[in-house]
Amino acid sequence: MEQVSQFIALDPTGLVGLFLVGFVGGMVSGFIGSGGAFVLTPAMMTMGVPGIVAVASNMCHKFPKAMVGAYKRAKYGQVDVKLGLIMGVSAEAGVLIGAHLQEVIKTSFGDAGSNLYVSVVFVVTLAIVGTFVLRDAIRQYRMGPAGQEEKVGRLAQWVRSIHIPYTMVYFKSIDARVSFLITIPMGFATGLLAATIAVGGFVGVPSMMYVLGVPSLMASATELVIAFVMGLGGTIKFAIGGFVDIRLAMIILAGSLFGIQIGAIGTTYVKPYMIKLVMGLIMVTVLFSRLFVIPVYMSKLGMGIALEDGTIEVLRTVSFWIMVFALVMGAVVILKALWSGMREDKELQPA
Amino acid sequence: MQNLQARLTPQNLRTIALGAVSLVLYVLLFANEQTVLRLSIDGGWGFLVPIAIAFVFSFVHGAFTGGFWDMLGLKAKTRKEPKRWNK
Repeated sequence: MEQVSQFIALDPTGLVGLFLVGFVGGMVSGFIGSGGAFVLTPAMMTMGVPGIVAVASNMCHKFPKAMVGAYKRAKYGQVDVKLGLIMGVSAEAGVLIGAHLQEVIKTSFGDAGSNLYVSVVFVVTLAIVGTFVLRDAIRQYRMGPAGQEEKVGRLAQWVRSIHIPYTMVYFKSIDARVSFLITIPMGFATGLLAATIAVGGFVGVPSMMYVLGVPSLMASATELVIAFVMGLGGTIKFAIGGFVDIRLAMIILAGSLFGIQIGAIGTTYVKPYMIKLVMGLIMVTVLFSRLFVIPVYMSKLGMGIALEDGTIEVLRTVSFWIMVFALVMGAVVILKALWSGMREDKELQPA
Repeated sequence: MQNLQARLTPQNLRTIALGAVSLVLYVLLFANEQTVLRLSIDGGWGFLVPIAIAFVFSFVHGAFTGGFWDMLGLKAKTRKEPKRWNK
């Protein structure tokens, strides 16, 4: 039987590579709720997978991964299912609008225009949210034992004081009632970002933490429910178009399910600021990765910069490896935190 | 030998069995890759094929990986407060 056209023949090196990236990415997702899959799309495209098939197959490994992760963390009592579902459904709307926006930009400005748009959104969002999350993590760390108790911020207190009749919903993660008119834009923004940069959690988790005052452990766990809803919707859309390469998706899933278990176990040992720290570190590092490719796209669009092919190749390679570095660094921090957490825990137990 | 027998708890046996099933599923998928890919682009209800595969694999492989780390001693911290052993 001949090869089905849009799906490439797979070689063992590529498969092992995807398995490993899946594993490391899974670990990060299990820990911070998302953000483990952004390396996969470019990695698959390097293997020769067409862009849309890479995005579709990545999406198809995300929703089962998020489901397994959410189930695991629900067992630790960290998931607010109601909040996750409400935000998940509104995120779905965000994904649809975001995808449409992408199409419009692509038809008007071509591939380079759409890539430039994605990179700029990446850099701006990560610069604002990443710096904020990282600063908060460092502040909490400096406070020592006092910083281990997460306090409800001023914004969250104000949000909880708003009472809009007939729209109030009780959320167990914050033990308070908040209007769904507030959570809907949060979910929508998460979906919009997911459709643009493939990592909605970079907005979803911080918004739950700072707008609603959800503890970071629960926010990162609840994000997995949102990711499941978004991922399933996205996969159905891509699958109807026939773009899902299930072999690729299942190989990545094979690795990432090993990883997500470790990430989830890790959350039970670490202090709350660690989740913010890993998230902030990854966000800020990925930001630099995108900064390197912005001149490439600007040059292609003739926006005042002219780069030679060699330079473009170098910038692309640097950008890709910074992304890999971000993921590996996140995984190392998680493993280290897990290791020392387990050791401390053992010392507390009798011999 | 005794050590090995002590380790073969019903839970660990279940994990090993799930691992075997997971492996069989992967072998089956790759042995029939062309058929599966063709079905998934055929249109109609074919789009359900990859989604169904994703669900089945995540249940089996997810349960296996959960037990796998547990078997190796990587367990989650229990939320119970530590007992006061000194008293």
